[in-house]
Amino acid sequence: MRVAFLGATKGMGRALARQMAERGDTICLLGRNIVDLERSAADLSVRGATDSVGSVACDLENPETFASAIEAAREALGGLDAVVVTAGVFATQEELEADPALAERLLRINFSNTVMFCEAAKKALLEEGGGALCVFSSVAGERGRKPVILYGAAKAGLTRYLEGLDHKHRADGLRVVTVKPGFVKTSMTAGLDPPPFAGEPDAVAQRVLGAIDRGAPVVYAPAPWRLIMAVIRALPRAIMRRINF
Amino acid sequence: MSADANLSRGLGRSYGDASLPPDDRPDVLNTTFADRILSLDDDTGLFRAESGLALSELNRLLMPRGYFSPVSPGTKFVTLGGMVAADVHGKNQHRDGNFGDHVTALKMRVADGRVLECSPERHPDLFRATIGGMGLTGHILEVEFGMRRIPSQWIWQESRRIHNIDEFQDALEDAAPEWPYTMGWIDCLARGKHMGRGILMTGRWAEADQAPSGAPKRGFQPRLRFDWPEWVISGLTIRMFNELYYRKQWRRQSSGIVSHESFYYPLDAIGSWNRMYGRRGFTQYQCVLPREAGRSSARRVLDVLTTRGGASFLCVIKDFGRESSGILSFPRPGITLALDIAVRDDTQELVDALNEQVLQEGGRVYLAKDSFTRREHFEAMEGPRLDEFRAVRDRWDPDHRFRSAQSVRLLGD
Repeated sequence: MRVAFLGATKGMGRALARQMAERGDTICLLGRNIVDLERSAADLSVRGATDSVGSVACDLENPETFASAIEAAREALGGLDAVVVTAGVFATQEELEADPALAERLLRINFSNTVMFCEAAKKALLEEGGGALCVFSSVAGERGRKPVILYGAAKAGLTRYLEGLDHKHRADGLRVVTVKPGFVKTSMTAGLDPPPFAGEPDAVAQRVLGAIDRGAPVVYAPAPWRLIMAVIRALPRAIMRRINF
Repeated sequence: MSADANLSRGLGRSYGDASLPPDDRPDVLNTTFADRILSLDDDTGLFRAESGLALSELNRLLMPRGYFSPVSPGTKFVTLGGMVAADVHGKNQHRDGNFGDHVTALKMRVADGRVLECSPERHPDLFRATIGGMGLTGHILEVEFGMRRIPSQWIWQESRRIHNIDEFQDALEDAAPEWPYTMGWIDCLARGKHMGRGILMTGRWAEADQAPSGAPKRGFQPRLRFDWPEWVISGLTIRMFNELYYRKQWRRQSSGIVSHESFYYPLDAIGSWNRMYGRRGFTQYQCVLPREAGRSSARRVLDVLTTRGGASFLCVIKDFGRESSGILSFPRPGITLALDIAVRDDTQELVDALNEQVLQEGGRVYLAKDSFTRREHFEAMEGPRLDEFRAVRDRWDPDHRFRSAQSVRLLGD
């Protein structure tokens, strides 16, 4: 598989890219910090025992870079079978309420810019005759919840966009995979208290890779979160107002 | 991130308090997210990675390709940074020295915030103080060392019954030139003429045509989910375990092919095995007795343990071949004993008594295992080596920004 990967340097993206490299996929890394990208590219090439992992500058804050970065990746890979997006930013509800500029930036990066990146990726994949577009959304987008109001709103929008994309283009060979991670122990969540069913990045990556291969439209990871969120979605507002989940 | 923290911590497998912060500065840097491989030269085996890379991951990735770390401790759940900071040794210490002997360069963040490269040629003082320096010279960011080529992932192992401590030391000495890997388990409860009886284990990498094809399979991995009550590890159960373990080697000698995991990391097979010792846990007491102290020194140290009624669940014996380049590195030519002791009310007195004996023998203790040694004992054991370490530390970190619970206890920070 030839993969353009935005966000492979850290956390779940790093774990997923490693599993891809170890099974022999070719990966072109997209990201903002080229020095960091090259360190991850070195890691992936030793793991995959290959030397053909490229890196291309692409900043999720700067939509002008999207189309050209995907084009550069496609050229470096000699085609394109999958695009993976794990990049995004996180901040707690308190931090976002205290800093409107931060809130605006988070909403822009996690929603509109991610969507615009997917638009460019979709175009490239359709030109290739189809492929997988795997995007990390979040369980935070499933229900309006007190601790993740703004972050969850951006992820909810992203989830709906990806759902629509799947409905429209599945017949064209585009397999849109929406990943909804629950709490996963990564550098992003370091310092937060892990709840029950907190997952490890490697286990999440394994589930996601299976979903990409099968073309499953939605994957919860770790698995128990599918059930947890089914319960949360069914709770009446009167209860949601009382609990702090 | 490394700019703010005052201590790095990897996988936390040092048995003592080296990776715990001092009371007044609770923040510790978790290095395990910094785990990227940066290069592997397929011609020379020269390898470089971020310091949070775990040995388990390195083994998983590179053993199938015929590479193994030149030195491996008895657990694979250690990071490269931890292997440098403790300057770990393994079953091949008598032949290949410590891990630090194979390190060619380190990238560090030192106290004034600079990120720099050190090696035997560049900033050699910092390099030598960092190897075995228990994290007190700065954050280790990257580690470069030479990987070894191995013919298979399997070990040809021979084990032999040994009748007492003197025979054990002879057997280790005889095995040293012949076997790259040697170590022994001893029944530390046996007294009198049986004192130090046990099993000598020796091994070498199996050649590809001796070994089963493919890699060792991963079996069921049990895991302890809760702390066992303290009566489980009592004098009686330890006696039973030691007796059974000794009887297990019912033949005078046996040999065969075993997986490297069961040879190197027998305890890793049980997740959280430390919970067996109960809520207060256990401490390991590991000392080295110099060759000059003579054969009988090991007997004298074991005497201190047995006459005080101390019981060690596991007791390991190993000969050391040479001193490492690290200023405070543990090994020196002689014999090392490692005792696993459940923490009970009298543990401090037991460790004090053992330390006094080790001091008389001219030996020292391994900081990676230690959480009970008193400052005066440590200073007496280390002498001029400690002065040299302090001088380098003062040069690079005059305010002693890098501190740990261990450095507060042993260096008076």
